[in-house]
Amino acid sequence: MQQSLHILSKELKDYFISPIAYIVISIFLVVTGWFFFSTFFLYNQAEMRNFFNLLPITFAFVIPAVTMRLFSEELNVGSYEILLTLPVSFKDIILGKFLAGVLFMAAALLPTLSYPICVSMLGELDWGPVIGGYMGAILLAAAYAAIGLFASSLTRNQIVAFIVGTVICFSLTLINAMLYFFPVPLLGVISYLGASSHFNNIAKGVIDSRDILYFLSVVFIGLYGSHLVMQEKE
Amino acid sequence: MTDKESSMIHVENLTKYYDDLCAVDHIDLTIDKGEILGLLGPNGAGKTTTLRMLTGYLPPSSGTIRVKDFTIDKNLLEIKKCIGYLPESAPLYHSMLVFDYLNYIADIRGLQNDEKTARMRDLAELCGLKDIMHKNIGELSKGLNQRVGLAHAMMSDPEILILDEPTSGLDPNQIVEIRKIIRRIGREKTVILSTHILSEVEATCDRVVIIDKGKIVADDSTHALKQSGGKENIIHLGLLNASFDDAKSRLSAVEGIDTIQQVNTEEEYSLNIRLSCRPQEDPRTAIYDCVKKTDWILIEFRQEAKTLETIFRELTKEN
Repeated sequence: MQQSLHILSKELKDYFISPIAYIVISIFLVVTGWFFFSTFFLYNQAEMRNFFNLLPITFAFVIPAVTMRLFSEELNVGSYEILLTLPVSFKDIILGKFLAGVLFMAAALLPTLSYPICVSMLGELDWGPVIGGYMGAILLAAAYAAIGLFASSLTRNQIVAFIVGTVICFSLTLINAMLYFFPVPLLGVISYLGASSHFNNIAKGVIDSRDILYFLSVVFIGLYGSHLVMQEKE
Repeated sequence: MTDKESSMIHVENLTKYYDDLCAVDHIDLTIDKGEILGLLGPNGAGKTTTLRMLTGYLPPSSGTIRVKDFTIDKNLLEIKKCIGYLPESAPLYHSMLVFDYLNYIADIRGLQNDEKTARMRDLAELCGLKDIMHKNIGELSKGLNQRVGLAHAMMSDPEILILDEPTSGLDPNQIVEIRKIIRRIGREKTVILSTHILSEVEATCDRVVIIDKGKIVADDSTHALKQSGGKENIIHLGLLNASFDDAKSRLSAVEGIDTIQQVNTEEEYSLNIRLSCRPQEDPRTAIYDCVKKTDWILIEFRQEAKTLETIFRELTKEN
């Protein structure tokens, strides 16, 4: 555990020392801010629903871009060899890198807290769904970061890692909108696979153990997948 | 060589296949505490693969590795704790500052506050990193990068230091420095270094293991290997005023000489002769007596030095 904290702090430092962090955060804020406020005054309602509705699709692009370097860069430079010969276990490495990705996204979400504060000044804002929305956003970020980490462990090429990660996250996001393509008997299972419906439940302020379990399962599958890939690499 | 229990590293039947390619082929090796072992071999002989298996980066296809009392399949983490490893060409994190990087390694190696500061100061002194502590690793030259890598490997003051081509990319002054450091560490610690620079082995190692095509072809102390190696004893003779036929007939009478060859090149005005003598015999006195009786002028008379280079070439040349 101590070791994963060292790796976590190293990865976080890497993020915030390089300009990538600031570029990604800026893009994320511009995109979400513009989409949210461009329609906000048309609806004329003091709520954040529009912001949270857009979050899964923006995350599907932004998070793989954040996580793509976690393993690919090490594999490409060769520092992977150094990492594996330090007294750290695979679990320490994966956990440290995963948490770095999640914390980075939390940092990117932090400035968006100014939106609900602005909105609450304009009208009566119901804070319940907002708090739920941010909790859901963290869970969603964790799930996508685990997928992105897995994609990054597959290849030494960061662009390939980004594309693989985006494709998986994007499918999970859009699956709920594509349900009419699937045969009826499978609908129950497939709609459960979609990330956005689970996220929307939490963002409405309804905290259901099934939704939380879903996100935790995706995190587990992503991290376990990375673990398997690391073992296979030997 | 001591018995199995007291050795630092004990390797048995170590084999590694990359798909069908056999990179390391049933290697047995025992390394004692305080030994500096040079792993020598041509490119692609399996040096790096062997070292990677010792450090736990690659799992062996078969065979056992024991470091102190730990085996690699059961106590991998314990083994990693007592090994400091510098991979080939020191692939460090390019975006980090030297100071941050060493600090990170110290944290991972479990060094505490005061100990960490002291150790980092010592290593900066030892490896000459003082002026580059606040530079980006990606901007360093190859030699400086290598020195940071060396500091990284020595961070936890490990009992075993494994260095894969530690002096590649260094300038001659730095090489001498690094060798000095290695020798100093080797007094108390076990050092394994791989190289294809022969003079390096002669200068630093107590013991040489030569591997070729994944097999150990020689394993002896540097001194003993130089003594035993070289299957024949070669003496070069340079004469003026002499014809080859005459010299040949006179010299063939000398006891201990096997073959007599003329090695003249066109420009040379002297008669150059290469005498190959039976090993364990030294006919130099007899040859000198023989030459003294004639009116030849002796301008060259030397025994070919048996260098590690000749031994290496003999052992690793294509069949």
